[in-house]
Amino acid sequence: MRRLLSSIGSRLVIAVPYLWLLFFFLVPFFIVFKISLSQPTIAMPPYQPVFGLEDGLSGLFGKLRQLSFDNYLWLLQDALYVNAYVSSVVIAAVSTLLTLLVGYPIAYGMARAPERLRPLLLMMVILPFWTSFLIRVYAWIGILKPEGLLNQFLLFLGVIDEPLIILNTTKAVYIGIVYSYLPFMVLPLYATLEKMDHSLIEAAQDLGCPPLAAFWKITFPLSFPGVVAGCMLVFIPAVGEFVIPDLLGGSRTLMIGRTLWNEFFSNRDWPVSSAVAIVLLLILVLPIVYFQRAQARAREREG
Amino acid sequence: MASLGSTRRTFAPWADPTARPYIRFENVTKRFGDFTAVDDLSLTVYEREFFALLGASGCGKTTLLRMLGGFEQPTSGRIFLDGQDLKGIPPYRRPVNMMFQSYALFPHMTVEANIAFGLKQDGMPKAEIAERVAQMLKLVKLEQFARRKPHQLSGGQRQRVALARSLAKRPKVLLLDEPLGALDKKLREETQFELVDLQYELGLTFIIVTHDQEEAMTMADRIAIMDKGKVLQVATPAEVYEAPSCRFVAEFVGSVNMFEGTVVEAGSAARLRDRSGAQFLVADSGDASPGDTVWLAVRPEKLRITRERPSEVENALEGEVWDIAYLGDMTVYNVKLADGRIVKASTINSRRSVEDALTWHERAWVSFLPDAGVVLTR
Repeated sequence: MRRLLSSIGSRLVIAVPYLWLLFFFLVPFFIVFKISLSQPTIAMPPYQPVFGLEDGLSGLFGKLRQLSFDNYLWLLQDALYVNAYVSSVVIAAVSTLLTLLVGYPIAYGMARAPERLRPLLLMMVILPFWTSFLIRVYAWIGILKPEGLLNQFLLFLGVIDEPLIILNTTKAVYIGIVYSYLPFMVLPLYATLEKMDHSLIEAAQDLGCPPLAAFWKITFPLSFPGVVAGCMLVFIPAVGEFVIPDLLGGSRTLMIGRTLWNEFFSNRDWPVSSAVAIVLLLILVLPIVYFQRAQARAREREG
Repeated sequence: MASLGSTRRTFAPWADPTARPYIRFENVTKRFGDFTAVDDLSLTVYEREFFALLGASGCGKTTLLRMLGGFEQPTSGRIFLDGQDLKGIPPYRRPVNMMFQSYALFPHMTVEANIAFGLKQDGMPKAEIAERVAQMLKLVKLEQFARRKPHQLSGGQRQRVALARSLAKRPKVLLLDEPLGALDKKLREETQFELVDLQYELGLTFIIVTHDQEEAMTMADRIAIMDKGKVLQVATPAEVYEAPSCRFVAEFVGSVNMFEGTVVEAGSAARLRDRSGAQFLVADSGDASPGDTVWLAVRPEKLRITRERPSEVENALEGEVWDIAYLGDMTVYNVKLADGRIVKASTINSRRSVEDALTWHERAWVSFLPDAGVVLTR
């Protein structure tokens, strides 16, 4: 009896995350998916058909027949959406690379800093989270605008003669993404670099490897799981980013998050915006699967 | 093997005044902040020597090794290898290789790639690398493990890979930092002899750091005993054991009975008065003069334990058998003297059973010959 109870208990424990996923991911996903197959209409809600309990079985089948993949065909046919997807992926990929270039030296420096300083440095990386993300992005407007802090400072130094146009360009979007997502890059990198045995570097040097070569042959390959984790944590949210391109990017900065927002709020076209969201999800599933497999490989290697 | 043993017995360049030292530490000091790890230390090691640095943890032995490897710079003093001052030469340009305590095998590389790492770094042609790696794998008997990753090996196998990797470049000197520390006792004992054979076959100079006196005595030609950043004695294992230079060495290597006393008569038939008033006849009082406070160090196996006072021996103390430790090959008796001091005496169990053996709480005499102990002045 006790064994039965404990087996039920352990099943319940496992059930919790699955139920969570079911109610908060799978069910909403299917609702969005269903809306993406519907047609827009001027009503409440703004699409049809709407399923209801009063339909009965025959009514349900009738409504199911009204669903179609027209919205997805529409996405493929209109260059706006394809361009938005491609440019989102490109912007996210470039910003991920930039974040890696900025984040790796920071994580490396933190991992090699004296042990008593490390908690403080870690704290400094996490500290920006204490301020609202929105406010921090707004602050960048103040820094980047033509009469902003950066231009004033550079003019004062005499580096430039006239203000740089950064705000409302793709450059500002890169700056915003690199700044906002840096902690997500630094933390996993720091975690892998910090646990690395320094005697490996000494062994490489002992065997005739100068420090820079030792970095590329030992440190970097061993930190690769951290590089992959950091890149995924930056790339995945950056593809669908809305706030940063909206506030810092110009009208020519095309990103799918903004397209989605326009479809949803300006055009009130829920079915098309749902289709945009579903396609975005499918595009992101690929790197997530790759990330999972890389992690499994890393675990295997650690034995 | 017999010829090998006899060859090694005649190896004693340190006794030859014309022999040129291979490695020389000259007044080397290393400080970390306020802490002095190595304190004005001078030491010479000869070519083809198997040299051990023995001491407790924190005595500076690993720091000394790391300075030779180039991972630490001496605060002052100089280190010479084969006549060349090593100052300013980074680890990757030194003709020495190190076997790390943690082995430091590259986890993302196969056994082969680990061994080939240093050779590739030197730009050796591929065919030669393959040949050398095969040779090294054979040397450490790991041929069939060439394509494994370190985490797929046992502790003993990893130790062999580390050894093969550090030997692959044929270094002038191999530095071994507690190389056998992670192995179990049986494997450790086997590996000790293998290392000695290997060192002899390859004709290399080995410097090993260890805290295990048995390990140092089994393998080394000479042992340097270190404490608080200083070398207390450099000598062969037999000299270290039978003629320790000071109390620390006597107590660190093996177990010892230490009698504190005063010199009554110095010379070759010296007399000492023990703290309890007993008088000892000693064959050699060294450089102590009458009135000096000295310590007489007598190893437990040099004491005889009997029920009756032996008539022919001058140095005898009476006490009670307080504890008996039966270790199989020998038995150690702890005898408590009248003043409460414990004296250790050990007997070899050369017979399987002894009738009427001494037992707990019996009265017993421990006695020793005049030449059984060493007089120490510090």
